[in-house]
Amino acid sequence: MAKVFIYPINSLILADLVERFGHKPLTMMSQIREKVTNISLDSPPINITSEDPKLGLKYAAIEVPAGVRGRMALIGPLIEETEAAIIVENPPTNFGCVGCNRTNELMKYLIRSKNVPILEVKYPESDEEARDFVNKIAEFLSSLPKEKSEEEEKAEEEKPEEKEDKK
Amino acid sequence: MSAEDSGVVKIALVSCGSEYAGVQPEFDEAAAKVNAKFVFPEIDVASIDTIGREFGLEVASGDLRLMMARAKAVVEGTTNVDGVFITTCFRCAEGAIVRNEVRRYIHRHSNIPVISYSFTESTTAGTLLTRLEALTTIVRRRHLLTREVQKGLTAGIDSGSTTTKAVVMKDNKIIGKGWVPTTKVLESAEEAYSQALEEAGVSREEVQALGTTGYGRFLIGNHFKAQLIQEEITVNSKGAVYLADRQRGPATVIDIGGMDNKAISVEDGIPGMFTMGGICAGASGRFFEMISKRLGVDITELGALAVKGMHENVSMNSYCIVFGIQSLVNSLARGATPEDVAAAACYSVVEQIYEQQLQEVDVREPLILVGGSSLIEGVPKALGRLLKIDVLVPENSHLIGAVGAALLASGYVEE
Repeated sequence: MAKVFIYPINSLILADLVERFGHKPLTMMSQIREKVTNISLDSPPINITSEDPKLGLKYAAIEVPAGVRGRMALIGPLIEETEAAIIVENPPTNFGCVGCNRTNELMKYLIRSKNVPILEVKYPESDEEARDFVNKIAEFLSSLPKEKSEEEEKAEEEKPEEKEDKK
Repeated sequence: MSAEDSGVVKIALVSCGSEYAGVQPEFDEAAAKVNAKFVFPEIDVASIDTIGREFGLEVASGDLRLMMARAKAVVEGTTNVDGVFITTCFRCAEGAIVRNEVRRYIHRHSNIPVISYSFTESTTAGTLLTRLEALTTIVRRRHLLTREVQKGLTAGIDSGSTTTKAVVMKDNKIIGKGWVPTTKVLESAEEAYSQALEEAGVSREEVQALGTTGYGRFLIGNHFKAQLIQEEITVNSKGAVYLADRQRGPATVIDIGGMDNKAISVEDGIPGMFTMGGICAGASGRFFEMISKRLGVDITELGALAVKGMHENVSMNSYCIVFGIQSLVNSLARGATPEDVAAAACYSVVEQIYEQQLQEVDVREPLILVGGSSLIEGVPKALGRLLKIDVLVPENSHLIGAVGAALLASGYVEE
């Protein structure tokens, strides 16, 4: 199973496709869910505090707008986990809203710099293109490693703890 | 249910995702303090893909297109609101373009009051409070703001960051004035008020209603048991058109205060759009104080000096109070005259107001300049030259807040 970053980061269709092929989609929804359900003194809508743009400094400098850094505080950790990525260019809003274009530019750049398998496809305009679109994604997802060995899984599980220790 | 019936003012939040900057709790806190709440205008999600073309401004960010769609929902009445708060990230160029055009669009197509603001992660409820207080006042107290004549015996105190001003008014005339530097807020207010009462020859008990405004308005308002405690945007714009005798029709009010500036677009004495300078002291009375000190003249002499000088003779490459003064000191060292330096200081202040604030309000004549800095002759001269229009400085322009407060407070005098 590979952790697959998707763009648009909140596309339900892409997330579903990734899951159907036995991989884990890295989505904005999961990050926001954590923010909303975490017990905190801060209030909704999504429990983002002024601390988050500071966490985002890891990915973008202080000159970058606060909203970009706040978004990167959620998206950045996903990029770090990324093992493969699917980027859909020119998607309409109902395929997955692409909120802040400055953030989009930065996250796509970071993904492309990661040296992981990436599929970049254009959003389809016709039925034929749509079939081609799904086939390309299916082919890409099928090419990714399905299962990891027990050792790999174990090493992965230990990773977060190692990170904690380092802090 | 209208705002006046329910008491709660509904403000449409038209933003590019301010919640991601972590400032939403601050927005909500400021709104709660003025009994307002933010609502998110409902839109058809598919319209985000087409609104750019429809609006004529095609931008890449989906959330900025969402802002345009929400503005359209407000204008078309799909979402019923009393005011609009437009906000995007500070430092985002695409956001700044959309913010400005959405503001103009709402202004052109509706009478709904709007404020716009660019947020950072450090934006606090305190910074937003005066702006939201003004927005809700325009909604709630329209009847009060239409008052054109001061009646009875009333007083106003303006507790500013640098100076505290007080006036006593009777039957539409100023009969007593007080002006003291602000040191301790309450003591300064006591002193200014006592000066005004003494000059008017009346006692506190005789005053029928009192209004307070300015930074210290809550503290002094509670202390003096004022009938009206009001932020300075609505009070000063009312005071400005009253003193300038331009209560009907459009006007633009620029108020250069000790700590910040306000640019307000007014229609029949009621503010429509306004901007308020942030924390930078580079374009305010504080800058003039420091320049006067450096030139070794009293601040009252700075204006006369400035009108004799040529600002072009001094190169200033920064509006920052620190770097600006450095530029002026360097110019003096290279032989620039104090007259030229004073003129450059005045020009620098109005240039910053033009660049940072007048871009957010549409300048409509007459342009009324108020606040302590309006008394520095070089300032209206520089502003008039920059904007190519005549600048009106009414008599008692430095007492604008106190006069506005006394005028509005007379609405509480039982006839």
